[in-house]
Amino acid sequence: MASLIACPHCGPRPREEFSVRGDAAPLRPAPDAAPEAWLAYLHARENPRGPHREHWRHEGGCGRWLVVARDTATHEVFSVTDVQAAARSAAREGRE
Amino acid sequence: MRYSALSLVADALGLAPRVPAWRSPAPKPAYDVVIVGGGGHGLATAWTLAATYGITNVAVLEKGYIGSGNVGRNTTIIRSNYLLEGNNPFYELSLRLWERLERDLNFNAMVSQRGVANLWHTDGQRDAFRRRGNAMRMHGVDAEMWDVAQVRARLPFLDFDNARFPVRGALVQPRGGTVRHDAVAWGYARAASALGVDIIPHCEVTAIRRDGDRVTGVETTRGDILCDRLALATAGHSSRSAEMAGIRLPIETHVLQAFVSEGLKPLIPNVITFGAGHFYVSQSDKGGLVFGGDIDGWNSYAQRGGLATVEHVVEAGVAMMPGLSRVKLLRGWGGVMDMSMDGSPIIDRALANLYLNAGWCYGGFKATPASGLCFAHLIATGAPHAVATQFRLDRFDRGAALDEKGAGPFPNLH
Repeated sequence: MASLIACPHCGPRPREEFSVRGDAAPLRPAPDAAPEAWLAYLHARENPRGPHREHWRHEGGCGRWLVVARDTATHEVFSVTDVQAAARSAAREGRE
Repeated sequence: MRYSALSLVADALGLAPRVPAWRSPAPKPAYDVVIVGGGGHGLATAWTLAATYGITNVAVLEKGYIGSGNVGRNTTIIRSNYLLEGNNPFYELSLRLWERLERDLNFNAMVSQRGVANLWHTDGQRDAFRRRGNAMRMHGVDAEMWDVAQVRARLPFLDFDNARFPVRGALVQPRGGTVRHDAVAWGYARAASALGVDIIPHCEVTAIRRDGDRVTGVETTRGDILCDRLALATAGHSSRSAEMAGIRLPIETHVLQAFVSEGLKPLIPNVITFGAGHFYVSQSDKGGLVFGGDIDGWNSYAQRGGLATVEHVVEAGVAMMPGLSRVKLLRGWGGVMDMSMDGSPIIDRALANLYLNAGWCYGGFKATPASGLCFAHLIATGAPHAVATQFRLDRFDRGAALDEKGAGPFPNLH
């Protein structure tokens, strides 16, 4: 993992200021979704070797949840986005 | 050639020809069983298939050299101090197999039952450890509770009066200990090869050929190989291997670091774990202190970790044993782990003739002999071994997670 993460609010900060939650790909199913959808959400993971999107939180800074896109083999960070901005752009893409 | 004191003398005097410990054949076009992954588990499986189940037309395909993966990267600890019904008998069988490993393989793996001591610091930890110790004893596993005087007599160098984590006692498994990890790979490879198993290094599987619910063979960097049964033992990369067969697993890949200090005179008599800071240490016969901590916490396929984790591990070590601050760190390295969603492994059939051995988190080394036995049993008989019935792949869908730590479906917390 890279030693610097460029927080969209605070700028480049040491990685130790951030905590990681994990894979950002699984989306919480609707409450009445089929059990299979919930089980997949809880347990099934792509686990890619390469580009991966994750939820991180800037605990020692602005406190915002972020989506960090990075490479699980080279540790290169491609982008860091506020989760709200990421969700909005995903919603816009979904509408198009 | 059988190794013995006599063969050692003959070798020292140059009377016996030196032969490689195992054959290096070119891959044949087809095998009864192809095992992908020449680590400890793959080699133990191959040896057990040949030695116990009489299946010798077996190939072990390894993408690197034998011993290049996690079998040569772990902290060499063996133990069976597990709480849960689904885990304890399996790990105890493994420990019993460790106890006879050197006779079974005719190879000196330096199995040393020097004891494993889990330190406790609070009343809550004491109660949890007592419960685990009682669960172990009910399964016929050795467990002792040491009070602080007993710990002080044996491990006087600990920081007993640490302000944050004072040492109050320890849960001890006297039969736990260490094994020279490289020798495990070499011993299994040599013994399996002698029984006719083809061990093929530098042979990376690039595709799995699937015909409906069956696997027909693999494509590799050394040509195509057909097989009746295919077994995957590629922990660390299980998601990638299974993906070639179109299977998605409840696993994430994480990096775990380990370290060794400069060589010292004998200092640490057994394995000590410091649960408060997630730190564990033993001393190798060469004198180096071998220690490790927790995984870095984020998905990684890189066999190297971050400096923040190095700092954390070393801080925990110094908190437990202040004298460590004067010891020079010699080397540190990383290995990649299959972190499963409940912290427990998977030994199961994934397709009609595709078998899966995965999800060992960072507990795979101690499991090597029993993993080999249970996986070989499954491949040979089609039924799970009696001690591995809870390691099924569908347990997550059945709500039957085997979560020793009670951490929930968060692989980076196990």
